[in-house]
Amino acid sequence: MKFDWRTNKDFWSGLLLLGFGFAGFYMALDYPFGSALRMGPGYFPRVLAGIIVAFGLFVTIRGIRSGEKVRGVWGWKPLAYITVSLVLFGWIMDRYGMVPALVVMFFVSALGGHEFKFKEVAILTVAMSVFAVAVFVYGLGLPYRLFWW
Amino acid sequence: MEIFSNLIFGFSVALSLQNLLYCFIGVFVGTAIGVLPGIGPLVTIAMLLPITFNLPPIPALIMLAGIYYGSQYGGSTTAILVNLPGETASVVTCIDGYQMARQGLAGPALAIAAMASFFAGCVGTLLIAVLGPPLAEWALKFGAPEYFALMLMALIAAACLAHGDMVKSLAMVFLGLLLGIVGTDVNSGMARFSFGIPELTDGVGFTVVAVGLFAVSEIVKNLETAEQQAVFTKDIKNLMPTLKDLKVSSMAILRGTAVGAFFGTLPGTGPSISSFASYMVEKKWAKDPSRFGKGAIEGVAGPEAANNAAAQTAFIPTLTLGIPGSATMALMLGALTIQGIAPGPQVMTSKPDLFWGLIASMWIGNALLVILNLPLVGLWVKLLKIPYRFLFPSILMFCAVGNYSVNNSAMDLYLVGVFGILGYVLVKLEFEAAPLILGYVLGPLMEENLRRALLISRGDPTVFFTRPISLAFMTASILILITMILPAMRRKKEDVYSGG
Repeated sequence: MKFDWRTNKDFWSGLLLLGFGFAGFYMALDYPFGSALRMGPGYFPRVLAGIIVAFGLFVTIRGIRSGEKVRGVWGWKPLAYITVSLVLFGWIMDRYGMVPALVVMFFVSALGGHEFKFKEVAILTVAMSVFAVAVFVYGLGLPYRLFWW
Repeated sequence: MEIFSNLIFGFSVALSLQNLLYCFIGVFVGTAIGVLPGIGPLVTIAMLLPITFNLPPIPALIMLAGIYYGSQYGGSTTAILVNLPGETASVVTCIDGYQMARQGLAGPALAIAAMASFFAGCVGTLLIAVLGPPLAEWALKFGAPEYFALMLMALIAAACLAHGDMVKSLAMVFLGLLLGIVGTDVNSGMARFSFGIPELTDGVGFTVVAVGLFAVSEIVKNLETAEQQAVFTKDIKNLMPTLKDLKVSSMAILRGTAVGAFFGTLPGTGPSISSFASYMVEKKWAKDPSRFGKGAIEGVAGPEAANNAAAQTAFIPTLTLGIPGSATMALMLGALTIQGIAPGPQVMTSKPDLFWGLIASMWIGNALLVILNLPLVGLWVKLLKIPYRFLFPSILMFCAVGNYSVNNSAMDLYLVGVFGILGYVLVKLEFEAAPLILGYVLGPLMEENLRRALLISRGDPTVFFTRPISLAFMTASILILITMILPAMRRKKEDVYSGG
């Protein structure tokens, strides 16, 4: 197979490991290394990061050689909507209470799906929000404000 | 007989009204969510985990255990009825179970799966009661070098025997260990990898990692392509298997239970390899192997028994040694820790009500499964018809509210987002997340024991090879690595996972 860096599975896998390894090693340089007898807080992370870098190199090279491609399609759109919906939930929950947070979360995450019918999502939001308030706030007694007042 | 008095004590704990109720809720909710297509036990536990933190330790653990085997059982139902495995372990059940369902034998397939699970569950529970105490007593003698070597062996076994690429799984173990370091170092008080975020000085929240890596990534993966409407098999009419079915299955159940109990007890291996291995055993044992893949009832009975036996016995290393064998057990261990219980051999003596109560509740839970599931098959079928576009926002809701409730902080939700992205990228690049979470759970313990071991040996690393128990674990780790590097063994593992 021809090497195509854009779709090569192990090339990217290796880079991911190298990224984590180097970043971990670099950050751990700030922590005292110590010695095997008296390990500093930098000892274990630096050893681990070094091992991860080694794995990263191996996997990258293997990827360049084998040329195996990533299977299927990348779901960037659902990933973006779902991530944003979770972040918004947290942000709104802190400021405006649980109900607005749930409403925003349901609508934003539903946009990440394949079919978005406003009416359906609205019914689902109402039903599940009532359920959530009943279970979490009244059932489990979690101390959340429902709205911003 | 000490076992019996222990078990009776356990039942007295588990049969209290409160614990019985949580056991029932766990089993019921676990099955209901596990039945939903595309939602395996890991996702189910990950999404419900934070909610259980609001309960006292014993009911929380009992409920989690119920969710665990409930969702596993629910997963088999889905596998048989619509050919959609929720996790690797039920891939095997799909092969012959779905074929049986297509021939109008969905009822007997479900009934056999339930019987196999119940039988294996009973044996598994008994094994925990018998093997747990001596194992814990033995483990109390472990010093730091032994613990370090044992954890190393468990991690290597988990990475090598799991589904997927061994090299990448090993890399995931190390990445998990590194992730486990995030937070304040106990010895020096230094905050490591905290990026200046105050919330991270306590480490990355356990539920954050679990939900991000397992639930969020799974949802996104399911949303990649347009929704597939589940293809239904004919209606379920008759539930009872024929006498011939029972006869053929009973031996398969026994063999499956043995295979599952073996793999479940080993640290580092779990249900998925046992169900594949059991399928291979059944195929080898059968007089006419060509029936397999065309609806052989042994192909359902054996793996289902193995799956469940392993699911139960996996609690042995988790509860007695504090070493989880699979990602689900890592979640259980994390739940214990968050409840303020340090997992390890001392749990049995310091918290006998928790240990024995949990074991007794497992038996009760397994019995509940049989009683509940066959009459409720109609309900499960209805649940199966819910389209995914209603399901995934609802799952997210549980994940979001649950995670928020752990620390009442939005930061955890932002981190779930980060781990969701990481989890999805890992899935696409075909990294296994299970070794990562095992490494993450064991990371801090491993560093601590490595430190202590080298401190008592005055910095001499040969300490791991001069003490007999530690030497045995180290040798086993090296042997596992060597055998898995050999091409012949690697091919054998691939055979097992392809249904041999």
